[in-house]
Amino acid sequence: MGAFIIRRLLSTLLVMGLVGVFIFLLLHLSPGDPAAIIAGDNATPAQIEAIRTSLGLNDPLHVQFGRWAMRVLSGDLGISIFSNVPVATLIAQRVWPTLSLAFTTIVLAVTLALAAGVLAAWKAGSLADRLVMILSVVGFSVPVFVVGYLLIYVFAISLRWLPVQGYSPLAEGFWPWASHLILPSTALGLAYVALIARITRTAMLDVLAEDYMRTARAKGVATGPMLFKHALKSAGVPIVTVVGIGIALLIGGVVITETVFNLPGIGRLVVDAISKRDYPIIQGVILLFSGVYVIINLLVDLSYTLLDPRIRY
Amino acid sequence: MTVAAAELARVPPRSGLWHFVRRNPTLVGGLVVLALIALAALIAPLIAGDPIAAKPVNRLRPPSQINWLGTDQLGRDVWARTVYGARISLLVGLSVATIAMSIGLLIGLLAGFSRTVESVVMRLMDGLMAIPAILLAIAFVSLSKASVSIVVAAIALPEIPRVVRLVRSVVLTVREQPFIEAAVASGTRLPKILRRHILPATVPPLIVQATYVAASAILIEAALSFLGAGTPPEVPTWGNMIASSRVYLGLAPWTIFGPGIALALVVLAVNLVGDGLRDRLDPRIARRM
Amino acid sequence: MTAPLLDVKDLKTHFFNADGVTRAVDGLSFTVAPQETVGIVGESGCGKTVTALSILQLLPPRLGRIVGGRILFEGADLTALSEGQLRGVRGNRIGMIFQEPMTSLNPVLSIGHQIAEAVRIHKGASASAARARATQMLDLVKIPDAARRLDDYPHQFSGGMRQRVMIAMALACDPKMLIADEPTTALDVTIQAQVLKLMLELKAKTGAAIVLITHDLGVVAETCQRVVVMYAGRKVEEAPVGQLFAQPAHPYTRGLLASIARGKAGARARRLKEIPGMVPSLREPIVGCAFAPRCQFAIDACRAQLPGLRPVAGEPQHQAACLRIGEVLAS
Repeated sequence: MGAFIIRRLLSTLLVMGLVGVFIFLLLHLSPGDPAAIIAGDNATPAQIEAIRTSLGLNDPLHVQFGRWAMRVLSGDLGISIFSNVPVATLIAQRVWPTLSLAFTTIVLAVTLALAAGVLAAWKAGSLADRLVMILSVVGFSVPVFVVGYLLIYVFAISLRWLPVQGYSPLAEGFWPWASHLILPSTALGLAYVALIARITRTAMLDVLAEDYMRTARAKGVATGPMLFKHALKSAGVPIVTVVGIGIALLIGGVVITETVFNLPGIGRLVVDAISKRDYPIIQGVILLFSGVYVIINLLVDLSYTLLDPRIRY
Repeated sequence: MTVAAAELARVPPRSGLWHFVRRNPTLVGGLVVLALIALAALIAPLIAGDPIAAKPVNRLRPPSQINWLGTDQLGRDVWARTVYGARISLLVGLSVATIAMSIGLLIGLLAGFSRTVESVVMRLMDGLMAIPAILLAIAFVSLSKASVSIVVAAIALPEIPRVVRLVRSVVLTVREQPFIEAAVASGTRLPKILRRHILPATVPPLIVQATYVAASAILIEAALSFLGAGTPPEVPTWGNMIASSRVYLGLAPWTIFGPGIALALVVLAVNLVGDGLRDRLDPRIARRM
Repeated sequence: MTAPLLDVKDLKTHFFNADGVTRAVDGLSFTVAPQETVGIVGESGCGKTVTALSILQLLPPRLGRIVGGRILFEGADLTALSEGQLRGVRGNRIGMIFQEPMTSLNPVLSIGHQIAEAVRIHKGASASAARARATQMLDLVKIPDAARRLDDYPHQFSGGMRQRVMIAMALACDPKMLIADEPTTALDVTIQAQVLKLMLELKAKTGAAIVLITHDLGVVAETCQRVVVMYAGRKVEEAPVGQLFAQPAHPYTRGLLASIARGKAGARARRLKEIPGMVPSLREPIVGCAFAPRCQFAIDACRAQLPGLRPVAGEPQHQAACLRIGEVLAS
């Protein structure tokens, strides 16, 4: 087991390294002169040259990469071109809204999706099952921002039950914090719920057809424990895998959701950086989010042994 | 529990178009909607007005006989813009799917046949897959001059790893089959094996995957346009439309929901086609992806 | 005569799917006395497994249904019980073990947990008491090092040992009856013998009755006191085991016995005799005797009407559903 963890960690580090290389190369290999792009459309050649020198863009590629990698590993994600504030600081200032959003979304989405998937599998072929299947295809197809605006229009503007946009820190009260997150979590999580509900249903259907479910029934086990203790745990591996992979959806969606609902998080940071072509910020956030994604999937892999004792490393 | 084999003699399925529809409702439904939208996009000049003409005096009119989906903040006809927007979305979806599938197929085949290529390539794909697609596309676009081709390239790039994994997985499975051994033993050369056995096996899961890639591409393009990192604002795309009309959500919801619902419909149709194809072709490998 | 433990009266279980109705069990009646071992024999598809599943109503929910008859267990009609009441019977008063030990245990739960579960559900035992009982059961089924193996998972056991675990699970709550559906069919021959021997020992210890479903006449000969022979969803013969082998009264039973290899010292090797023809489809109602098309003794009367069960002369416990018992016995 220990050997496996070490191998997986090394593999993770390698992947992160590759991510770093890709992001670095992206800046340097994309069409157009990075210095000119960063300098903007109105820059003079002198200004462009100044930027080029200050960013060390005249040195050979591998030297630049080495320099950049060292900085990143020591926590220096660069400096925002426009605000001159270190990217790491900017990110730290905006981490809480994003974390809050991510947390509420994941908790709500996974709970709802598991329940829906189990229900659909248990009552396979019934109206409930078909409803879950249809809602899940629809949920997967409607883009986050459309759902977002729909929710705002119905619940915030027309019904006035919830605030239209914005964020209220937890320190200022639980309900303001929660009420500002309900609509964004729903919009962000819809596709995630759809994805997980489907895989839960499929995995549960496979498990419910297994002989050992009949044995459990022959023992007199009640429906609740049958579905959740016997079946769901057995179906755990594929479900947890999708929960991990689906995080990628969430990460991408965070950017959009924070824009729609005006949450001052990391997603908004990136969006603002787009229009200003503030590349260090974009780069830093990508590294951060990729890192998070990779670590989550590492945890998912490690969780397999807990779920299925046949999987031993 | 066993039932005698005689019991399992099934009635042969009836043929004919009507029965095809009945047995594949998702596939047919999706194809019909998609065909309608594609048709509308093609004959856009005939059924929609001018998407660009701005008549500020007509701004923010609700849907009516003249403007089926009302007008936006510059007096432009929302219906016309929505119909024309379909062109970009469908174009992007098709282009991304084609490019990603082609490149992915090539790399996947190489990875399936050469151990060295495989170890290098698969690591690269893992690295690429670790970056959330939208962010990668954003980074790509923000470094270049905005144009539809750049957007297509930016979206195709993160879709490639999944295709590579799929193709490699198919190649590895097919290679293990005894009939491949037999073919090699009887002297069949590699290109022929590729053509006759391997490629046909990749087609069904690839087609299914292509639809999901297209759906994803349409969504990402819209998201990019919405965030301002996509097609230039002059080109009417659904994402652009929603982005520029955001502030009018309360006043003129049609400016947002016209393109919004169109977007949802197209993606839904493509997803339904994908699901229908998957159920029909039953590629077990694609399902696991 | 004491009241039977299990009294199956005219059981009819049908399966429904898009292509029609399959009459898997079509009017089966038999009894099991307390502490008795009754075997139900027949070939694949004769309805013996469906019978076993019908008793505890474990049929696949949307496909199979008991459409007629009654199943009396300790006087109460199982077919009239609610699902909740049935759950009280399953694993508690009637235990069941299945054919495939490799797939019949949940791979993600420890076997100790799976055995203790029955005790916790039905006897309301605490976790530690249930665990103790589980250890006791494992000892009973002769799994070595029981206390430590309690926390092991099914994949860490061989097929024969998994079947023992199943038996332990089924007997954990001291049921009055055990239904065993082909318990040894999926096991190696040597392991088969061990498991059967174990079952008989446990029966002697716990006093449980056993309903043993099998297609293997050898198993029947070794373990059962009485035998019910099924064909096409119906009972065609019933007799004490010795009688059945010595004097089979139904042509089908004869055919079955003739088709197994009986090694007799000094006897010349005989060709295995097969029964010509095929099992009839259970989708159509069968008129007359189901075996008639394949029967060398069949006469027109056999095809016209279903032959009821007739006693075999001189043997009170022996019946066969045949019009020509005399001729069969004489041949």
